Amino acid sequence: MNAFLAIVRRDLLLAARRKSEVFTALFFFMIVVSLFPLGIGPESATLRRIAPGVLWVAALLAAMLSLNRLFAADHQDGTLEQMSLSPTPLALLVSGKVLAHWLTAGLPLVLLAPVLGLQFDLSPRSLGVLMISLLLGTPVLSLVGAIGAALTLGVRGGGVLLSLLVLPLYIPALIFGAGAVEADLAGLGAGGHLSLLGALLALGVFFAPWAATAALRIALE
Amino acid sequence: MNWGSTSEFFAMGGYGFYVWGSFGVTAAALLIEALLARKRLSDTRRLLRRELAADRDNQD
Amino acid sequence: MSQRLINWFKFASPASFYPLAGTLWPWFAGLASVLCAVGLWISFFVAPTDFQQGEGYRIIFIHVPASWMSMFIYCVMAFWAAIGITFNTRLSGMMSSALAPTGALFAFLSLWTGALWGKPMWGAWWVWDARLTSELILFFLYIGYIALTSAIDDPRRADKAGAIVALVGVINVPIIYFSVKWWNTLHQGASVSMTKAPTMATTMLWGMLIMALAFWMYSIAIALYRVRAIILERERHATWVAELPEMQR
Repeated sequence: MNAFLAIVRRDLLLAARRKSEVFTALFFFMIVVSLFPLGIGPESATLRRIAPGVLWVAALLAAMLSLNRLFAADHQDGTLEQMSLSPTPLALLVSGKVLAHWLTAGLPLVLLAPVLGLQFDLSPRSLGVLMISLLLGTPVLSLVGAIGAALTLGVRGGGVLLSLLVLPLYIPALIFGAGAVEADLAGLGAGGHLSLLGALLALGVFFAPWAATAALRIALE
Repeated sequence: MNWGSTSEFFAMGGYGFYVWGSFGVTAAALLIEALLARKRLSDTRRLLRRELAADRDNQD
Repeated sequence: MSQRLINWFKFASPASFYPLAGTLWPWFAGLASVLCAVGLWISFFVAPTDFQQGEGYRIIFIHVPASWMSMFIYCVMAFWAAIGITFNTRLSGMMSSALAPTGALFAFLSLWTGALWGKPMWGAWWVWDARLTSELILFFLYIGYIALTSAIDDPRRADKAGAIVALVGVINVPIIYFSVKWWNTLHQGASVSMTKAPTMATTMLWGMLIMALAFWMYSIAIALYRVRAIILERERHATWVAELPEMQR
């Protein structure tokens, strides 16, 4: 467990030294979301209808931006190789890296989303549901993304390939996440969607580090 | 038997474009895939034969 | 029992599978042609005109089998992936990559025929129906597999990475299907279901089954054929390849 926390701490420190990456992703999220009203028109009824989908799709793309750097630096300087030889199970260390990725790439999106939601005339309650759905959903994005990042490690054209591999697998999270907000807007309870999102998260926590580890071992061979 | 004449068969009761578009594209796709697979095998064989011949010449 | 196990693993070596595939594929190709002829005969001459959809419904005789095959082939790929990961056999990865293009093709054909069916029946080329949407996502999964395996130069690594993609994909396919279905009911999408025609006549079912069998046999034949090319490409420096009769001029 100590090794797990050490990895999280280390990755957070590294991220703190490269703050610009975190901010780039955040600005990307902001810009993409702000483009939609410009493309569609400022009518608030329409905006409210498209808000859940737009915010979720933009968050999904923003979370994907930093994925290909998840393992790349550690792979280049040989840290990853050391990790795979260490007595701590690699899967645990991978989980630590995924958690650190979520804290730097997912959590800021969750915190920024309600501000952007205001642009779309969402009610405070819907904004709350949006935050909860992103809070449950963005870790799934990091977890599934880690598998893709591990598979495309050191592969030419890795960045585009990564999105090709990972985006179809993001669809369930997108559907339940955006669906939760939409259900809330329609006056239905968001509970069903949120619990399914939670189930996805549980599945991801359980399986994704394991699959990402297997993929990393292949890349390290 | 469903069809009175050949032209009736090809017209498919007005759905000719859709029905033949489906069956035609499927047939063409499967045929092209088979031809591509054949080309891949024969190309590989030709390449390997050439490599082997070059090896033998070098040994002689 | 032990005898049988040894035999199985003997065929798992590319050197002995290459000639075996060579003798097997023509049989499967032959079966595919016969079944295809029977299937086409049923779908055009035996199956009666549908009283609701006219002649246009005949598209399902290839649409439904193509969708079935695209899903089935993905499962077979995942099966070979699992075998490859557990037993570390080289042949399983080759089988997966031999199957992928055919699976992607069937997924594409399913979408294509779905569009050509949807236009006259629903008045739109594309409907965000749960089945069609899942099929589209399945097509993306195939593309991802093919793109990844062809981007990695080392074939062994490509096989293993592909195996993980196939397994992750096959775990996700039910989740995706369920989520798309959920999304579809929420949005009150198309209520017309493709395979549930009001009265599914037995002849229709037979036609679809026979066409599905024909596609299945075709897939086996083409996968066996393609795996031979893959074996030769990968084993080009092996002595057994140099000793093959077709390599002696």
